[in-house]
Amino acid sequence: MWYDGWAQLAFLLAVLLLAAKPLGSYMAKVFQMQRPPLLGRIFGKAESAIYAMAGLRPDDQQDWRQYAVACLAFNTIGFAFLFILQMVQQHLPLNPAHQAGVGPALAFNTAASFVTNTNWQNYSGETTMSLLTQMLGMTVQNFLSAATGIAVMAALIRALAAKGTGKLGNFWVDMVRSVLYILLPIAVLLSVVLASQGVVQTLRADVTVHTLSSSAVAGGAAETKTAATQTIAMGPVASQEAIKELGTNGGGFFNANSAHPYENPNGLTDFLEMLAMLLIPAASCFTFGEMISDRRQGHVLLATMTAIFIVCAALCFTFEQQRNPLFPSIVGQHHTALAAGGNMEGKELRFGPANSAIWTCIATGTSTGAVNSMLDSYTPFGGLIPMWLMKTGEVIFGGVGTGLTGMLITAMVAVFLCGLMVGRTPEYLGKKIGAFEIKMVSLAILIPPALTLIGTAVASVTPSAVASVGNPGPHGFSEILYAMTSMSNNNGSAFAGLNGNTDFYNILGGLLMLAGRFWSIIATVALAGSVAKRKASPPNVGTFPTHTPMFGVILAGTIALISGLIFLPALALGPIAEGLMQVVH
Amino acid sequence: MSSGVKKERGGLFSGAILRQASWDAVRKLSPMQQVRNPVMFVVYIGSIITSCVAIHSVATHSGAAAEELWITVWLWFTVIFANFAEAAAEGRGKAQADSLRKSRKDTPARRLSAPKRDAKAEMTSASQLANGDLLLVEANEVIPSDGTVVEGVASVDESAITGESAPVIRESGGDRSSVTGGTRVLSDYLIIQVTAKPGETFLDRMISMVEGARRGKTPNEIALGILLAGFTIICLLAVATLQPFSVLAAQLAHRGTAVDVTSLVALLVCLIPTTIGGLLSAIGIAGMNRMVQANVIATSGRCVEAAGDVDVLLLDKTGTITMGNREAVAFHPAPDIPAKRLGDMAQLSSLTDETPEGRSVVKLAKREFGIRERDMHALDAVFVPFSAQTRMSGVDIGDRKIRKGAADAVGRFVRELGGDVPKQLLECATDISRRGGTPLMVAEGKEALGVIELKDIVKRGIKQRFADLRRMGIRTVMVTGDNPLTAAAIAAEAGVDDFVAEALPESKLKLIREYQSQGRLVAMTGDGSNDAPALAQADVAVAMNTGTQAAKEAANMIDLDSNPTKLIEVVETGKQLLMTRGALTTFSVANDVAKYFAIIPVIFATTYPQLSALNIMHLNPHTAILSAVIFNALIIIFLIPIALRGVQYRAKPAAVLLRDNLLIYGLGGLITPFIGIKIIDVLIGLAVSGIHG
Repeated sequence: MWYDGWAQLAFLLAVLLLAAKPLGSYMAKVFQMQRPPLLGRIFGKAESAIYAMAGLRPDDQQDWRQYAVACLAFNTIGFAFLFILQMVQQHLPLNPAHQAGVGPALAFNTAASFVTNTNWQNYSGETTMSLLTQMLGMTVQNFLSAATGIAVMAALIRALAAKGTGKLGNFWVDMVRSVLYILLPIAVLLSVVLASQGVVQTLRADVTVHTLSSSAVAGGAAETKTAATQTIAMGPVASQEAIKELGTNGGGFFNANSAHPYENPNGLTDFLEMLAMLLIPAASCFTFGEMISDRRQGHVLLATMTAIFIVCAALCFTFEQQRNPLFPSIVGQHHTALAAGGNMEGKELRFGPANSAIWTCIATGTSTGAVNSMLDSYTPFGGLIPMWLMKTGEVIFGGVGTGLTGMLITAMVAVFLCGLMVGRTPEYLGKKIGAFEIKMVSLAILIPPALTLIGTAVASVTPSAVASVGNPGPHGFSEILYAMTSMSNNNGSAFAGLNGNTDFYNILGGLLMLAGRFWSIIATVALAGSVAKRKASPPNVGTFPTHTPMFGVILAGTIALISGLIFLPALALGPIAEGLMQVVH
Repeated sequence: MSSGVKKERGGLFSGAILRQASWDAVRKLSPMQQVRNPVMFVVYIGSIITSCVAIHSVATHSGAAAEELWITVWLWFTVIFANFAEAAAEGRGKAQADSLRKSRKDTPARRLSAPKRDAKAEMTSASQLANGDLLLVEANEVIPSDGTVVEGVASVDESAITGESAPVIRESGGDRSSVTGGTRVLSDYLIIQVTAKPGETFLDRMISMVEGARRGKTPNEIALGILLAGFTIICLLAVATLQPFSVLAAQLAHRGTAVDVTSLVALLVCLIPTTIGGLLSAIGIAGMNRMVQANVIATSGRCVEAAGDVDVLLLDKTGTITMGNREAVAFHPAPDIPAKRLGDMAQLSSLTDETPEGRSVVKLAKREFGIRERDMHALDAVFVPFSAQTRMSGVDIGDRKIRKGAADAVGRFVRELGGDVPKQLLECATDISRRGGTPLMVAEGKEALGVIELKDIVKRGIKQRFADLRRMGIRTVMVTGDNPLTAAAIAAEAGVDDFVAEALPESKLKLIREYQSQGRLVAMTGDGSNDAPALAQADVAVAMNTGTQAAKEAANMIDLDSNPTKLIEVVETGKQLLMTRGALTTFSVANDVAKYFAIIPVIFATTYPQLSALNIMHLNPHTAILSAVIFNALIIIFLIPIALRGVQYRAKPAAVLLRDNLLIYGLGGLITPFIGIKIIDVLIGLAVSGIHG
């Protein structure tokens, strides 16, 4: 029904905005080094103990080089650990299903994927990874990659608020506080609620059950019926599921991801998981406003994100609620009392097309990449929306930390493009945008699209890569383009249809993910370093206003223009051509 | 030579400049010139590639030859048009420089061995002079180099530099001691000490400045250049990868062919920001030229740009806000003192006071009481000049000490002699101050006689200018040596935002530092040597051409008209420069949308004919790409006048300016090419059908 999607969207956003504001203020306290209420009392001792153990003085301020080096060193260690853990898992405990060691190409891809908060999965969790790898590797990286994103965001916000100090804070302290005061408490709470709804949480081995149905084996004249068995994979899912959404990671315990009933059993869990994906990215806008002492600046960013999101989600569920024109008219696709109607191929009956479309827009906009429906089966234009959302550089809420970071960088481009028109050197929040800033902003904004284009081009001319394509025509091109977009932008959403577990995609994809993540981080931290050194000039009626609805429009226009200009030709060969073919059809 | 560099607004495109620019546009096709502009260099390389393809097609009699040739021709036009824009901007500067160069001849110079008129002199030439040399310049001789007058008073014709034909007085000491090489002494003689090395005189700097030779790229221009280069690189990637994409698409769809090279180059040239890329340097040069036309010489493009960012204007009260001269308007005698006695003593104390204020006192005394001028020598009077310490002037006649000066200074003088100032008189002085006047107290010995009321005359129209500035978010601060009450009254009358009263020379410097520490950019004007430290500290510092050499050295702009109000025009020109850059950037980027709709349906037509649904302009598939390329080239030509004149500038708040410019250049940039490309396509269609009958 037409109002189905709208009602869900409205309810979700209402709850989100109510929850995001207090969380945002709370996060601001965490990064302004105040003692967080309540949790400060619970974890305060633990925090001090961690610093003491690590020999860390929490007051030590880092400049951008120190901050960047700390960030890269930490993530290099995390990458090496996860890479080795996968390859030697057969020798380690907690491997009830006796999973073999993971091959180096896939281990490389997976380690790169989880360290970069991408969570692109060229494997099926239940048939590849031991429970120890899932817990110590995947779940731990889910926390750490999310915290890395938040730390970089905190550094950039501090830089914008700084008064010429050039200092960005301390990476190690930011990591500890993000995990201890933000990610861990919310994740624990969410895990418990998810477990209560039927998301499994166990260390037991997989269960083999006899199914009620039996498979018929035709044998000559007589039919013999044998009872069928099924292996049901289980594991510590709830604990991983919570941080998977909350940290906008998206790597599922199971191959079916959030379409699997053990990851996402019912409407309530579905709603909570959607909310979890959006929660920290939305709250970050409030955090930003508080930390720079101008809440309006945060509000306009959040409003822009929300407005673009509503348009995308509405378009997506409208396309998905339409009948699939390729089905003969005898196939009923209308809404009835018992069926949701619309394009139900690849969608869960318990979620339906409207919810699936909203979920998909959230997952691609926030850099989570979790799925509760099969994107390969979306209508061409329905599938275009999530692909475009990733191509915006994931700023429509975006990943934890990275979403707001990306939005701030986009804001600087918008200010630079239009700000000159008021007759002043462009400045954002009173900080002049000079040559160095523009260099770093350009790098941060243009690296992911460049990687996407190069990756897709390389795949286009590599026969083994083209052989992985699951469909002919423009849809096949979309599959490659979607995969490269997803990896370069550290999203992890999979269009499916493409067989990704080949040496080509494992290695190229791993490189794209690492480059997309860490080149952007270096550019962002360098930008922060330069911004932090600048004195802010106080705003007046002659300065470019960045807290007004008009700035929101400019920002949205910049996002659309940049992503549209770069990718329109490529999209024309994929979803646009496919969609127009169906229209003609 | 009264033309000088005076305004020649009518001649934006004079025939001579156009001819020269057309020739320069072709000459600038050398790769050494092109490589300096990354955006246009891409077009340049693209044109070379399509030329090769077209020649090959012609040689092999390929069917696409005609189409490729036409696209190639227009790609070359794109490069030439951009060159033309730059050449036209430079041409206007060159014309101005040529007229200046006429006054820079190798003039003979008379070098003295000592600073005396009758000292031993040797003849040499301007090019042989060293810093510190002493020169004698007699009437009707051209001053060979920049310098400071050490002896003599002379009237000097400075029209070669300023375009102002009225002669000015130059004399040793004080703020009128600096002379400029190339100007002519009209009467008397001057002994000057050279302050510039040969080739580095003011005239030399001015010539190289208007020629654009010394125009380094400004910070904002560099930043914009980086953004445009980044955008160009990503467009290059987006277009280059289309080749493999189209191969794969054809393979997956089992039909069609890859996109040809000429179409890809055409798409690339249409997408990269050629409009702003081609006009960027012209905008910068034109900005400098607009300063020159306002008779302001900027020492760098950087300070022109900084002028747009200024938040605070420090303005001297006298000369900027008020007319230079205060006038005596009334005598207020102390109780029991006849008004005529006050007038008499006031006149006496002012007889040798040659300041306009002093003369106005004499005039008022004559008007009110009919007191005639007297001969000081006959009275045996000794003149006591004004000094910054005593803040009084007057005459001593025998043991009569007549003094005139600031109320507190004269009050102290009276009390030191054992007298007292009546309370009514102090109140009267305070009252005058409150009304914006200046009270001058007159005393004879220990007797305070009364107060002369001087009044400042605020310049007409200045209040409106300040209101405009306020609307742009610029704060105006009046600096004056007056007492706070006087200052407040004038500040209110002129409508400045703030004022600093009883300012000492160093208070300007302190004030500038204070504003700068708050992150604000400060502009000021100055002429005296004691302004030099503040001028050096200010972000935008305009020195008066009549000012001292020290002030001119410390400033980053020199106003040849020596009009302190010019500072406001300087700020406006800076803003206009930045606005023009921003407007054309936005326009350029917004143009891309239409070009996509023109080109994409065509280049993939062999594989996916369904994409013709995107051809919303209903262009002829055979000429769509050419139409887009022609539009892309012509728009550069159409925008040259805007680049050179600057976008229309109005004093409005940023939010309003932004909205207006966004509508004109953003929305306009989005819509214009849809119409333009369609019209060009129709015209090409008509031309083709005309040829084929």
